[in-house]
Amino acid sequence: MSHSHGGGHPHPHSHTHEHTHDDLDDEHSHSHGKHHIVPKRIYFLVFFTLIVLTWVTALVSTVDLGRWNIFVALAIAMIKASLVILFFMHIWYSTKLTKMILGAGFFWLVLLLFITMSDIWTRNWMGVPGR
Amino acid sequence: MTTAPPLIAEKPKNYLNSQVGLKSWLLTEDHKRIAILYLIVVTAFFFLGGFFAVLIRLELATPAGDLLDSNTYNKVFTMHGILMVFFFLIPSIPAVLGNFLIPLMIGAKDLAFPRINLLSWYIYILGGLFTLYVLLAGGVDTGWTFYTPFSSSYSNGYVIMAGLGIFINGFSSILTGLNFVVTIHRMRAPGLTWFRLPLFVWSHYATGAIMILGTPVIAVTLFLLVLERGLHIGFFDPAYGGDPVLFQHLFWFYSHPAVYIMILPSMGVVSEVISTFCSKKPFGYTFIAFSSIAIAVFGFLVWGHHLFVSSQSVYAGMVFSILSYIVAIPSAIKVFNWTATMYKGSVRLTTPMLYAMGFIGLFTIGGLTGLFVASLGIDVHVTDTYFVIAHFHYVMVGGAIMGYLAGIHFWWPKITGKMYSEGWSKVSAIIVFAGFNLTFFPQFLLGYMGMPRRYHVYPPEFQVLNVLSSAGASILGVGYLIPFCYLLWSLKYGPDAPPNPWGATGLEWQTSSPPPTQNFDITPVVTTEAYDYSSLEGVNVG
Amino acid sequence: MDSHAAVVTHEAEATVPLRHHFENLEQQKDASTVGMWVFLVTEIMFFGGLFLAYFVYRQAYPAAFASASNKTDLWLGAANTTVLICSSLTMALGVHFAAIGKRKLLVLFLLLTLFLGSVFLGVKTYEYHDKWVHHEVPGEHFECEGCKDAGHASLFFSLYFGMTGLHAMHMIIGAGILLILIWQAYRGKFTPEWHTPVEMFGLYWHFVDIVWIFLFPLLYLIDRSGRGLS
Repeated sequence: MSHSHGGGHPHPHSHTHEHTHDDLDDEHSHSHGKHHIVPKRIYFLVFFTLIVLTWVTALVSTVDLGRWNIFVALAIAMIKASLVILFFMHIWYSTKLTKMILGAGFFWLVLLLFITMSDIWTRNWMGVPGR
Repeated sequence: MTTAPPLIAEKPKNYLNSQVGLKSWLLTEDHKRIAILYLIVVTAFFFLGGFFAVLIRLELATPAGDLLDSNTYNKVFTMHGILMVFFFLIPSIPAVLGNFLIPLMIGAKDLAFPRINLLSWYIYILGGLFTLYVLLAGGVDTGWTFYTPFSSSYSNGYVIMAGLGIFINGFSSILTGLNFVVTIHRMRAPGLTWFRLPLFVWSHYATGAIMILGTPVIAVTLFLLVLERGLHIGFFDPAYGGDPVLFQHLFWFYSHPAVYIMILPSMGVVSEVISTFCSKKPFGYTFIAFSSIAIAVFGFLVWGHHLFVSSQSVYAGMVFSILSYIVAIPSAIKVFNWTATMYKGSVRLTTPMLYAMGFIGLFTIGGLTGLFVASLGIDVHVTDTYFVIAHFHYVMVGGAIMGYLAGIHFWWPKITGKMYSEGWSKVSAIIVFAGFNLTFFPQFLLGYMGMPRRYHVYPPEFQVLNVLSSAGASILGVGYLIPFCYLLWSLKYGPDAPPNPWGATGLEWQTSSPPPTQNFDITPVVTTEAYDYSSLEGVNVG
Repeated sequence: MDSHAAVVTHEAEATVPLRHHFENLEQQKDASTVGMWVFLVTEIMFFGGLFLAYFVYRQAYPAAFASASNKTDLWLGAANTTVLICSSLTMALGVHFAAIGKRKLLVLFLLLTLFLGSVFLGVKTYEYHDKWVHHEVPGEHFECEGCKDAGHASLFFSLYFGMTGLHAMHMIIGAGILLILIWQAYRGKFTPEWHTPVEMFGLYWHFVDIVWIFLFPLLYLIDRSGRGLS
């Protein structure tokens, strides 16, 4: 355990002085380790919304909305997922870096899904079998 | 570069001799020791993969199938591909040099998660054992690409075990990438801002990002392949209504960016080496740094160029073709900047520099021929020919392995504390360069003339070029064996290395060679930009 | 788990385990959080491959997917989703009580999370069994009574078992980790200053919940009005 032999610089990031191109990593020095305690009522509010949305999406699925069924279902799922991410997983209160990492994950997921689907969607456009 | 002076005691304890015994190595959490563990296994897999390359070139020395029958040949080139791609190239520079150097370069005591680092080595070993089992049990004949439905329904090889081996190995790669990204974000020494980082660290940041974002996709793809083959439930096989092109999409979503996992670390090495031996700050530091990130991002947008002759839509093909050209831009930026760094520099032609210069030339050829195969029309002509083989070997062998050897020679004094023979190493660098070109340049011609890949026989008119290629391969093989010998020799008989034998600027050269277990006796504080050679004035440079 | 952790008896003042290569606790905590999120990104991409396969085949064979999806039990699925969301709430509260140092409540809510997770897995097992009995498991004996395009309906069930199976595997791994955490929490290992494992596990558990939030509409809710079936 020789963690404190750093001499006159107790902490590698909190005081990255004069020149900081370093917005990403600087951010966290504001949050100072102490974790943000989310009020319990927010958890219950989110929970209640999630339950309601679950049963709304189940009931709506039994109504014929044509091609909109899937969009409604996915929109509700995205709202639910966002609530869980923002509040249960504390992204609302977290650093830019964490948000960026999560954003990158979703962006790459969209790349995978959208670019591949763009192949599927444009097949047979030429009217030649297989093309 | 830092205010911390190098502290060298008389007989310093270093990471190699501070603890002894097999257990102290197998249970170590020291990133430097884990790098050594990786080095040993990666080298073993390199020579095993090389053995299969020898078999391929021997078979192709004559037009007839006189050494191997077609089934055996299929297994041989498959094992060559699997071993070289997944078990050598992908872990080579990141897991050996990256592991060793990133904490040193950023002034940290270790990676952020030392135990996860050790775990990644054991996962790598486990994946390797699966692959060795496949090898001993009878091999697999699908090619390293595992295309369905051949792999899922028709192949007679050990597809499931091979798939699981790569699946498992993928997690080792994911954990390494995770460790790098978190370490670079969170463990930098005071004052070491992003734009003071060595370019090696930038390139490993980009590499780590690809490992994190790409590898899980091939993991799940191989998982589905194993389910389809093992349980006969449909995912890709048209017999079950599946779409084999979906497999190719998923496979190349990872496997194209995987090429950048192989080449980006080499680019990082080359940036360090060229700067050091020209004693100049790399020309356009920021551009080189951001081009690494750009390659990582753009690299994910081009995978469809592997599907030009599949039933992928031609419209998607056109877009993929254009996007593929875009990746050439950041790559070219790097090449221009390296040459601009050398321009009017006092270039010292040491061994690492020879390899680095070889890298620039060979990577340029590999990259430019990449543009040929990225254009739809030409690709239809040369798909699955030796032109493609030559192209990606110029990138993976001429690029990635040259960079790996440059790095090994550059940091060998730091890693082992020993100097190797300059004479032998220069000779072998030249042999590697000559042997490489003789091996693979004829393959461009063969491919353009129409010789297909993955066949063990060919028409007699292709023999002259094939013999040249096989002759080149034997020279290349010698070129790889010589370093193996003199580097081992140096461990026992080489002179002790000073802390900074090359007059380089990175933090890793400020500590002793080999470094102490804690890396630095005093945590360095960085007050200057990267590659500040003025700070070295007065220091005796060898 | 952590060799530097002091073993602390109930309610006692715990020493905070700082590993040697970090400068301070804040840096260590930050590294864990960033590392966990990076890991979750790999999980997003891992499930992403399956979601891609799902979208490709749903696009290609809408009728088969609609009729096969109608073979699942909508209300059981909705009830199970509710159970999983409850377990997310208990987990979030568990982390909350860890952060304010309520040891007994932490143990209680981790236990509740484990219980709800087990209920979810139990219901899932029942559903799997039901599919097995009705020969709706893809393979040689696959049948899909009254399905349109039964050949491609088997693709739906391949994906159904692939996706829910991987999800269940994550739940089982999660339950195993929960057992360890419950034991550690009971021994008073976690303090308001250091309860990183509970927090990180919370992120994992919520992520698994999110995967299900998407699986539920995609697998259970295709064309429940029966439009494409008549």
